[in-house]
Amino acid sequence: MATAAHDLTSNPSAPLIADDGVPLKQKLARTTRRQRIRAFMLTVPLLAFLVITFVFPIGKMLVRSVNNPTVANVLPNFATAIQSWDETSSDYPDEAVFEAFVTDMQAARKVREIGKTVANVGVRVNYEIPGTGSLFKSASRKLAKVEEGPYKEVVLDLHKKWNNPLLWQTLKRVSNENTATFYVAALDRTYDIDGNVVAKKEELQIYVNIFWRTLWLSALITGICLVLAYPVSYLLSVLPLKTSNLLMIMVLLPFWTSLLVRTTAWIAILQSNGIINNILVWANVIGDDSRPQMIYNQTGTIIAMVHILLPFMVLPLFSVMKTIPPSYMRAARSMGGSWAYSFRRIYLPQTLPGVAAGTLLVFILAIGYYITPALVGGQDGLLISNLIAFHVRSSGNWSLAAALGTLLLVVILVLYWLYNKFIGVDNLKFG
Amino acid sequence: MKLSNKLIPVASGIALAVSAFGVQAADSITVVSWGGAYTKSQVEAYHKPWIAATGNQIKSEDYNGGIAEIKAQVEAGNVSWDVVDVELSDAIRACDEGLLEEMDHSSLPAAPDGTPATDDFLPGTLYDCAVASIVWSTIFAYDKAKMAEGPATIADFFDTAKFPGKRGLRKNPKANLEMALMADGVPAGDVYEVLGTDEGVDRAFAKLDSIKDEVVWWEAGAQPPQLLADGEVAITTAYNGRIFNAVAGEDREFEIVWDGQVYDLDLWVVPKGTPNKEAAMDFVAFSTATEQLAAQASYISYGPARVSSGPLVGKFHNKDIDMAPQMPTAEANLTNALQNDFEFWADNQDQLSERFNAWLAK
Repeated sequence: MATAAHDLTSNPSAPLIADDGVPLKQKLARTTRRQRIRAFMLTVPLLAFLVITFVFPIGKMLVRSVNNPTVANVLPNFATAIQSWDETSSDYPDEAVFEAFVTDMQAARKVREIGKTVANVGVRVNYEIPGTGSLFKSASRKLAKVEEGPYKEVVLDLHKKWNNPLLWQTLKRVSNENTATFYVAALDRTYDIDGNVVAKKEELQIYVNIFWRTLWLSALITGICLVLAYPVSYLLSVLPLKTSNLLMIMVLLPFWTSLLVRTTAWIAILQSNGIINNILVWANVIGDDSRPQMIYNQTGTIIAMVHILLPFMVLPLFSVMKTIPPSYMRAARSMGGSWAYSFRRIYLPQTLPGVAAGTLLVFILAIGYYITPALVGGQDGLLISNLIAFHVRSSGNWSLAAALGTLLLVVILVLYWLYNKFIGVDNLKFG
Repeated sequence: MKLSNKLIPVASGIALAVSAFGVQAADSITVVSWGGAYTKSQVEAYHKPWIAATGNQIKSEDYNGGIAEIKAQVEAGNVSWDVVDVELSDAIRACDEGLLEEMDHSSLPAAPDGTPATDDFLPGTLYDCAVASIVWSTIFAYDKAKMAEGPATIADFFDTAKFPGKRGLRKNPKANLEMALMADGVPAGDVYEVLGTDEGVDRAFAKLDSIKDEVVWWEAGAQPPQLLADGEVAITTAYNGRIFNAVAGEDREFEIVWDGQVYDLDLWVVPKGTPNKEAAMDFVAFSTATEQLAAQASYISYGPARVSSGPLVGKFHNKDIDMAPQMPTAEANLTNALQNDFEFWADNQDQLSERFNAWLAK
C-alpha cells in the first residue's frame, strides 16, 4: 500500500489532495485512527476484565505478602517508640517504650473492631514465636489496672515468656507495616536472637521441600504426558479422517467431563477395594491382604493428573503434526535414511513447536494444580497449591499464603524466562 | 403487539428478580454446620420447628470447621453466613479477633421450670460470642462384622501388630496428638501439660509416626463411617454421633470404643455484620431451648448443653434405642476421657498444624 502510493506520486513533496480539499495523508490518518480507537474499544471489556480479575488481585497478593499492619494498628504509639530501640546494645527496650506498650494495650483492650483487637496482635506474633498468642490476651487483662510505672518491671513480671529478648526483637520487627518475615517463613527460615535469618528446626521445615516436590512431580507428569501423547497424536494425524475423528473424540471426551468427576472416578478405580485391586485379587495376581496402595499418595496424584492433563499435550502436538506432509518422511526414506534416522532428523524437528507448546502448557498447569492432589494426594502427594489453600482456608495466615503464592509466581516466571531463552517463545505452536 | 409480546418475558423476568430480592430481604438466614447426619439432626430438631414457628426460611450449608471463611466474609464486609456451628477453640479465637457478634445471654429461653438460661447451661458452655448446643466427642470405632475381637483401649488403636489394617485419622493435629499421648501411657489429666513441652510434642508425633504408613486421612465428618463401611480402614477415629447414626440408621455393626475419647463443644456463633442479625439471634435462642436440644439428641448421639434437657432425652427417633448411654458424657463412657483444652489449641494451633503438615509431607 505504502509503496503503491509512493509509486503514484512522482513528486513526493506535493501532497495528494482529496476531493474536499483535505490532504489525503491527513484523511487516511484520521480514518486509521478512528479504526484503531474502534478496535481498542472492542478490547476494553477484556482489558477491564483482566484488570479486575487478574492484575488487581495479584497486586493485592503482592502487597499482602509484605504488608501486615496489625501491630501498628493496635499499638500505634508502641510501634513507633520501639523503632528507636537498638537491640544490639540492650536486651530490652527502655522505660518509655514499655510505657507506650502499657497505655496502648489498655486503649486496645475494649476494641472489638475487626483486625484491631489485642488478640490480633497475639495471632500476628504467634506466627513468629509459637505459643505466645494468649500472652497478649492475658497481659491486656492484667495491665488494665496498672496506673503507674515502672512499666518495664510490670510487663516483664507478667509471665516468664515476656523475659525473652527475642520476643521484643520480634515485636520490633512486626511493628513495621512492611516486613519480609512472611517470605522468611515461606522459605522455612526464621530469625535468631542476633537477627540473622537461619533455617527452622528440621521438623518444622515444609515449604521448600514441597516446592521441590511440586517442580519434580510437574516435570515428571509433563514427561509422562509427552511420552503417552506423542504416538497418539502421530496416529491421529496420519489416520484417515473417519478413524481419526473417532479417536479424537475419545481424547476429547474426558476433556469435556468435569474435573471432579474424573478425579472421583480415579478414586473408585484405584482405591484398595477399587476396581483394579479387586480384579487383581480375583485373578489371584495379588493376595487379598497385600493390595497395593495406589491412591491417596504420589502415585494417585501422578496417575490422575496425567490423565487430566493429557489432552493439553495431545492437542498442540496433533495440530502441528497435521501440517507435516507425509511425503517428507517418504523422501527421507527413499534417499536411504533408516526409519529412526529419518524420524530423528526430519520428523522430530518439525514437531518441536508442538512439543514445546505442549510441555509448557502441561507443566505450568501442573505446577499450580490444586483440586486433584487435594482429593487423591493423601499425605505425600500434596503440591504447594494445597498448602497455599490451607493457609487461605484453614489457618487464616493470608500473608504467608500470599508470600507462598508470590514465590510460586516467581518460580513460574523464571522457568518461563529460561524456556524463552533456550527454546524461544516464537517457536511455540498451540494450533 | 409484537413488541409487547417480546416485553412479556423481560417484564416477568424483572418481576421475578424483584420478588426473589424481596424474599431475600425478608428473614431468610444461612445456617452453616458440619453436614451429614449432624446437620440432618439440626434440620429436624431446630430448622423445621423454627421455620414453622416464625415463617422464616433457612438455607443450610456445610463446612469442615475453622474460622478462615468467617474471617474472609467479615473482613470483606460481605457476610453471607448468619449462624455457624463452630468448635470451642475457634469460637474463642474468632471472638477475640472481633469476628463475631456478642450474644445476649439474658435473651436465651429459660428452662421449663423457670431456671434462667445462665444457670441452666452446663458450666463453661456460655461465652461472650457463643452459645453451646452440644457436647460431641472424637472416639475411635471399628466394624464388628469384619473384626469380631476388636480393640478395647486407645493403645490398641496404635497397635497394628495386634489389630492389623488401615487406620483412619482426621487430617488435623487436634485430638490426634492427645490420643497418641494417651496411647503412649500419659494419663488423660496430664495430656496438655505434656503436650505443652517440646518433648511431649515429639513423643506424640513419634507415636503417630508408628502407624503413619497405615493411615488414611479424612476431613469431613461423614467420611469415617464410609471408610469403615467400604473396608478402606479397619479402625478409624470419628465423631461419635456419625458412628452411632450409621449403626442406628443404616444397621451397621460398628462398635464405638470410648477409651481415650476427646470431647469438645459445638457452639453457635453469629459472624459480625450479618444483615440478618435479629433473625440469626432468634434462631440461636430458639434452637438452644430445652426442648430443641433434647429433640436433637433423639436424632444423633450428642449430649445437650443444658441441664434441663438431660431428663427429656429419650429414645432414637425411629428405633427403640436409649440415647442416654450413647452420649459422650454418659458415666460409663467417661472412665478415660479428655476434654479438649481450647486455650491450649488457641495458642498452639498454628505451630502444631505447621508441624503436622510438615510431618505429613515427609
